[in-house]
Amino acid sequence: MMKHKVLVVGGGLAGLRAAVECAMLGVDTAVLSLLYPVRSHSGAAQGGVNAALANMPECKDDTPAKHAYDTVKGADFLADQDCSEILTTDAPTRIYELEHWGVPFSRTPDGKIAQRPFGGAGYPRTCYAADKTGLYILHTLNEQAVKHRVKVYNEWAALSLASDGAQNHGLVALNLQTGAIDAFAADAIIIATGGAGRIYKRTSNAMQSTGYTLGMAYRAGIPFKDMEFVQFHPTTIIGTNILMTEGARGEGGYIINKDNERFMQRYAAKAMELAPRDIVSRSIQTEINEGRGLPDGGGCVYLDLRHLGREKILERLPGIRDICISFLGLDPIEKPIPIQPGQHFIMGGIDTDKDGATILPGVFAAGECACVSVHGANRLGGNSLLECVVMGQRSGAAAAKFVQGKSSALKESVVADALKKTSSDVDALLKSSGKERLVTLRDAMQDAMTDKIGIFRDEKPMAEALALLRELRKRYRNIGVDAKNRKYNLDLLHTIELGGMLDAAEATAAGALARKESRGAHSRLDFKTRDDANWMKHTLAHFTPDGARLDYESVTVTKWQPEERKY
Amino acid sequence: MSQTVTLRIYRRDPDLDAAPKYQNYQIELTPGLTVLMALYHVLENVDKTLAFRASCRSAVCGSCGMHINGKNMLACETQLAPLGNEVLIEPLPHLPVLKDLAVDMTRFWDKYEKVRPYLIALKAPPPSGKERLQSVEDRKKIDEFIDCILCACCHTSCSTAWWDKEYLGPAALAKMYRFVADSRDEGGAERLQIAAREDGVFRCHTIFNCTEECPKKIPITFGIQEIKKRVLWGKLAGRM
Repeated sequence: MMKHKVLVVGGGLAGLRAAVECAMLGVDTAVLSLLYPVRSHSGAAQGGVNAALANMPECKDDTPAKHAYDTVKGADFLADQDCSEILTTDAPTRIYELEHWGVPFSRTPDGKIAQRPFGGAGYPRTCYAADKTGLYILHTLNEQAVKHRVKVYNEWAALSLASDGAQNHGLVALNLQTGAIDAFAADAIIIATGGAGRIYKRTSNAMQSTGYTLGMAYRAGIPFKDMEFVQFHPTTIIGTNILMTEGARGEGGYIINKDNERFMQRYAAKAMELAPRDIVSRSIQTEINEGRGLPDGGGCVYLDLRHLGREKILERLPGIRDICISFLGLDPIEKPIPIQPGQHFIMGGIDTDKDGATILPGVFAAGECACVSVHGANRLGGNSLLECVVMGQRSGAAAAKFVQGKSSALKESVVADALKKTSSDVDALLKSSGKERLVTLRDAMQDAMTDKIGIFRDEKPMAEALALLRELRKRYRNIGVDAKNRKYNLDLLHTIELGGMLDAAEATAAGALARKESRGAHSRLDFKTRDDANWMKHTLAHFTPDGARLDYESVTVTKWQPEERKY
Repeated sequence: MSQTVTLRIYRRDPDLDAAPKYQNYQIELTPGLTVLMALYHVLENVDKTLAFRASCRSAVCGSCGMHINGKNMLACETQLAPLGNEVLIEPLPHLPVLKDLAVDMTRFWDKYEKVRPYLIALKAPPPSGKERLQSVEDRKKIDEFIDCILCACCHTSCSTAWWDKEYLGPAALAKMYRFVADSRDEGGAERLQIAAREDGVFRCHTIFNCTEECPKKIPITFGIQEIKKRVLWGKLAGRM
C-alpha cells in the first residue's frame, strides 16, 4: 500500500496545477495518471485561455467583472455567479503565474501576452500561444511538477474510492504496466481526469477521454451536477472530428454553406461566427438539416480561412493547418475545411463547491470532470483551460488545508478492504464467462448518445436512449473479456472504463429527459424556450443501481438577473 | 473493390517470450484509415491481447510513436494506404519492450529530468505581478522547439543513443535548447555545464536522424549545435 497526504488522479492541466500547489505548500503529493501526464488531453486545447488582462488596444477597459458577465450570459444564466466571479477574478493572477513559469505565450508588439477575440466575449480576452496553447501550458506545468519533485505514478488506472461512508481514505488502482492492483492511502484525493467525450461517437476528445472515473465518484455517493449540458463544438473536421480551434474564427475565419453564404448572419447578426458555441453549433446543424450542407459531405459545412492569407495562417494557426494536411489531405491556405459540430466538453460533472470539495470529505475534483458550476448551460471558449488552472490551484490549496487541519486518523483498514473487494471484482471480470462484449455495448451507447442526446433533443428519442442505456447497464453485468493476461491488458482496461462511461451516459440522458426547457446547450424541440420559473436550477444525479435519481438545487445569483441572450 | 493490407506486427511479452514474433493481420483499407485506427481495429475485432499506446489521435499527445516500415513516426497521423501492401509495425527501437508496441520509457524520462526542464528565472517577475515582457522577435526564437511533444521518435532514431545509454540524447537536448534560446531563461550557465559533460552535446555526431524523424519537423540537430557553440565559446573564453 502506497501512502501520500494528497493523491491527485489525472495529470492534465487541472491535476498538475493542483499537485504543484500542494507541493509548493509543502504537502506530500503524488499524481496518479492513466497516461504519462504530457499525454493528457489538455494538450489538445488550441485557441487559448481567457483573462481580462486588457493587453490589446481594443480591450483597454476590459475587467474581470465584464468577463464574469460574459461567462454568466454565455452560460444561459445557469452558472453560479459567485463561482464565475471567482473564475474571472483569479484569472489574471493564474495567467501571469503561467507566464512566470515559462509558458511561451504569443506576444503583442510591446511584448505583452497577446489576446484574440473568442465567441461570446465582449473583448479580445483569450490569451494565446499560436494555436497550441493547451500543449504549451501542459508541458510547462509538467516541468513545474518535475521542478517541485512531485511523484508521478504513470499509467495507473484509478478503479475505486476507499470510503467508509463518512470520509474517504484512499483509492484502489490498476498498474497498467504490470497488471497489478494496488491501494493508495491518502488523506485527500483530487479527481482531475478530464472529460467524457467518448460516451459519444462524434467527439473532438481523445481516445482516453472516457470519463470513466466519473463513475468511480458517483458510486462512492458523490452526485453529478448538470450532466445534461454537453457542449458540441461547431468546428470539428469531417471523419475524425478533430478540433479546429475557435481561434480560427477569432482570427476572422468564416463559416459558409453550400451556397457560399455566411449563414450566421441569419442566426446571430452581430456576433456572426463568434456567437457562443451552442448557438453556432445549432445554426450549422440547422443548415445541414435543411439541405444547405455540402453535397455528399456526410453532413458538414465549410470553415473558410482562405481570405486570412498564408502569412496569418502560418503565424497564428499552424497547428490546425498541419491537422488538415495530415487528416484531410488539404491545405486551408488553398481550400475551405469541411467541418461539422462534434461533442467537445461536458459542462456537468462531479458536484463540487467553489474550492473543489465534494460532499464526501477527503474527495475533491477539478477541471472538466468537475462541475462547480462556472460554465452553467454553455461554456465559453477559452474558459476551460482557465477553469483547469483556477480550480486546480484552488482545489490544491483546499486539499492541502484539509489534510493539515485533519484531526481524525487515516483508516488503512478501509483502504485494505477496498483493495480486497476491487481485486476480487477484477479477478471475477477476467474469469467471467459473460457473453456481452465491450465493442457491442460501447457502440450502442455512442450511437444512442450521438443520435438522441445530441444538439437538438426531443422527448421520444431521449426516452428511447435512456431506456437503452439502462438496458446496456444491465447487460454490462454480464460482460466478459477475451484477453486474460494481466500486463498492459487494454481489453480489460477498456471494459472497466465502459462501466463508468455507462454511468455518465445514463445520468446525462436522465437529466436531459427530465429538463423540460431549452437552455444553453440543452435544446429541445418540444420545449423551445428557457423556463426560468421552473428550471433555473441545477440537476443533481445520485447513483442507484437502477439508474440516476434526480433532485435539484438553486442557482446562485449575485449581480445579473436572467435576460434574453442575443448576440 | 475493397483492398486489403497486411499489418505485420511485432509481438512480445518479455516475461513470457524469449524472442519477438511477428504476427500478420489482414485489414480492409478504408478511405482515411490511419495506422493507429488500423491497430484499434485489430485490438477490438481480431486480437484483444495487442498492446500499444495512444490517446489524442491528432498528433499532439505523443503517445503513439512507433517504428513503421523502418521509420519512427506517429501512428495516428500516418495514413495506411501509401505504406504498401504489407506494413511492418514495430516498437520504437532500442528501448526495452514492455509489451508489443509499448516500450519502457523510464530511460527517456530520466534524461528529460536531467536537463532541468523548467524555466530558471533568477530575477523576480515585475513588481506589478504582471507578465515579463518578451519581444515578438525573441519569442520567435523558440517557435519550433516548444512544439516538442516528447514522443521519443528522435531519441530512439539516434544511433549514438542506441549504443551509448548515458548520452542525454536529442529529445532532452532539444528541451534544453528550448530554454537556452528563451530570452526569459537565466539558467544558461547551469544548463551549459550539464551540456558540456561527457554524456552531453559532444556525443552528437550530426547524423541528423533525429531531425529527419521528428514528426513535428523540429530542427533538433541545429539546436544541439547551437548548444555546442555556446559551450565551446564559454570554454574558449574561460567562462566554463
